[in-house]
Amino acid sequence: MTATAMSARSDLTELGRSETALRAFLHNLPGVDQVGAEQRAAQLGTRSIKATAKAWAIDLAIRMVDLTTLEGADTPGKVRALAAKALRPDPADPSCPHVGAVCVYPSMVPYVAEVLRGPAGGAGPAGAGAAPAGVVHLASVATAFPAGQAPLEVKLADTRAAVAAGADEIDMVINRSAFLTGRYQEVYDEIVATREACGPAHLKVILETGELATYDNVRRASWLAMLAGADFIKTSTGKLPAAATPPVTLVMLEAVRDFRAATGRQVGVKPAGGIKTTKDAIKYLVLVNETVGPDWLDPDWFRFGASSLLNDLLMQRTKLTTGDYAGPDYFTRD
Amino acid sequence: MSERVAVRKTYKLYIGGKFPRSESGRSYLVQSGENSTANVALASRKDARDAVVAARAAGSGWAGATAYNRGQILYRAAEMLEGRREQFVALGIPGDEVDAATDRWVWYAGWSDKLPQVRGGVNPVAGPYLNLSTPEPTGVVAAVAPAAPALLGLVSVIAPAIVSGNTVVVAASPTDPLAAVTLAEVLATADLPAGVVNILTGRIEETVPSLAGHRDVNALDLTGVADAELATRLEVRAAENLKRVLRPVPAHHDWYADPGLARMTALLETKTVWHPKGG
Repeated sequence: MTATAMSARSDLTELGRSETALRAFLHNLPGVDQVGAEQRAAQLGTRSIKATAKAWAIDLAIRMVDLTTLEGADTPGKVRALAAKALRPDPADPSCPHVGAVCVYPSMVPYVAEVLRGPAGGAGPAGAGAAPAGVVHLASVATAFPAGQAPLEVKLADTRAAVAAGADEIDMVINRSAFLTGRYQEVYDEIVATREACGPAHLKVILETGELATYDNVRRASWLAMLAGADFIKTSTGKLPAAATPPVTLVMLEAVRDFRAATGRQVGVKPAGGIKTTKDAIKYLVLVNETVGPDWLDPDWFRFGASSLLNDLLMQRTKLTTGDYAGPDYFTRD
Repeated sequence: MSERVAVRKTYKLYIGGKFPRSESGRSYLVQSGENSTANVALASRKDARDAVVAARAAGSGWAGATAYNRGQILYRAAEMLEGRREQFVALGIPGDEVDAATDRWVWYAGWSDKLPQVRGGVNPVAGPYLNLSTPEPTGVVAAVAPAAPALLGLVSVIAPAIVSGNTVVVAASPTDPLAAVTLAEVLATADLPAGVVNILTGRIEETVPSLAGHRDVNALDLTGVADAELATRLEVRAAENLKRVLRPVPAHHDWYADPGLARMTALLETKTVWHPKGG
């Protein structure tokens, strides 16, 4: 950390009040050593995790999965099936843990809530409320996902509707257009407004790192989101070919680590998109452990946004328990 | 000028159209020709698993190719094999075995668009339906090639499996694997899509049990398993997910004889369609 950055951090709460202060702070964050970050992430990816450690990692990874379907072709039937799978990923094995959350579009939230919380609507008439511990969370994307190109009122209405329908986690997208233009205040204010609209629900802020071009921008966007009140920072929408990568996640993990050191508040990280195999997932867990430590090795602080990953985790889990390689024919698709 | 140093070949595996070393990094020595030895990759369970992944990935494309196209590719394998005859002879394969193996490719190539007519057709049913049965490939076949004849035996195991659209993972003869790896070089230049044929070299007891238990393998061809006790054990593991199993072939089997249809038809499923008759 440079001396300027440290002094600028002395009063972080004040930053959001002025565009100039915000810009000065974000641009004074130390630059990311691109080669170093990529090398470090690649090196940590070579760790060999076997036997009991692997079994532990697979179960943890299953608990961290945000089982996601964000398709135009989603139907109530499909998301109900997905929610049932979230509760009991491997019906043949009761020892298999449930996933972290189900993530759907706002219009699909009521159908998922019906399966996760029972038909009576455990969320109550208000519809909102943080879910009790140990249950599958209900996440919904909002704020005109994935592009985020809509007026603010529309984005906020989108968010409120999702929370009212029963979502207890909201995945919002930042305004990349404003961010890349340098209008940090606008991005900040939108996140703050969405944070308010969320009420008791958790807010995950999607940076869409594939559109941010540089690691320096990823670091700035991470800080900006955390300063504005994000509970989680998430890499991508999963709608771009350039989704989560280990180096991007490394940069974000460093940001949450430094943010906790500076403010005492812990923020979670969610890589999303392109994580398809158990091997990939375990590489991320190694990255978490080595960068921010075991405090983040928990579904409350680290999640995977994924759909096909779960089946691979289940197949690897079956391999460890039965000794035989499993096949995709034995697990449900989607 | 100093004497030229010969470029010696390490015989690698053939997985997904590539020639990787064993993931385990191991290799073993085998006799190559008259008085030299060669290093051959010693495949591990992990290599077998990778091969199944490659075979599964290749499956839909290969099964979906037209029978005519599959036949042409098999015929091209015969062409490539013919061109490399001397290379196989130098490895110690008798010339007439190479010729017989080449002829066998051609023979099976011809079956690609005839098999559906022999094994399928219109079924007479008591109702206003057109009822059709067509043979479909069973999927991924794990096979053990006979120890001898190394080339003809291997071709006789691979060709009938792939001609109908299956993909194979084949464990080559452990004592004579050079012909198998050289055949892989033939297949790699025959326009055969990557992953349709995958060849493992090394110990049968090490790789094949994991293939027999693998839930994503649809059939197990035990042709080359000489140990009766091992064959039984493999068949029991294969029963777990109801794989189709071809039992071992006796050591005195005449590989030069007309193979008949049995090897092809054992690796097929039958799809029957009931179509209401109009009017």
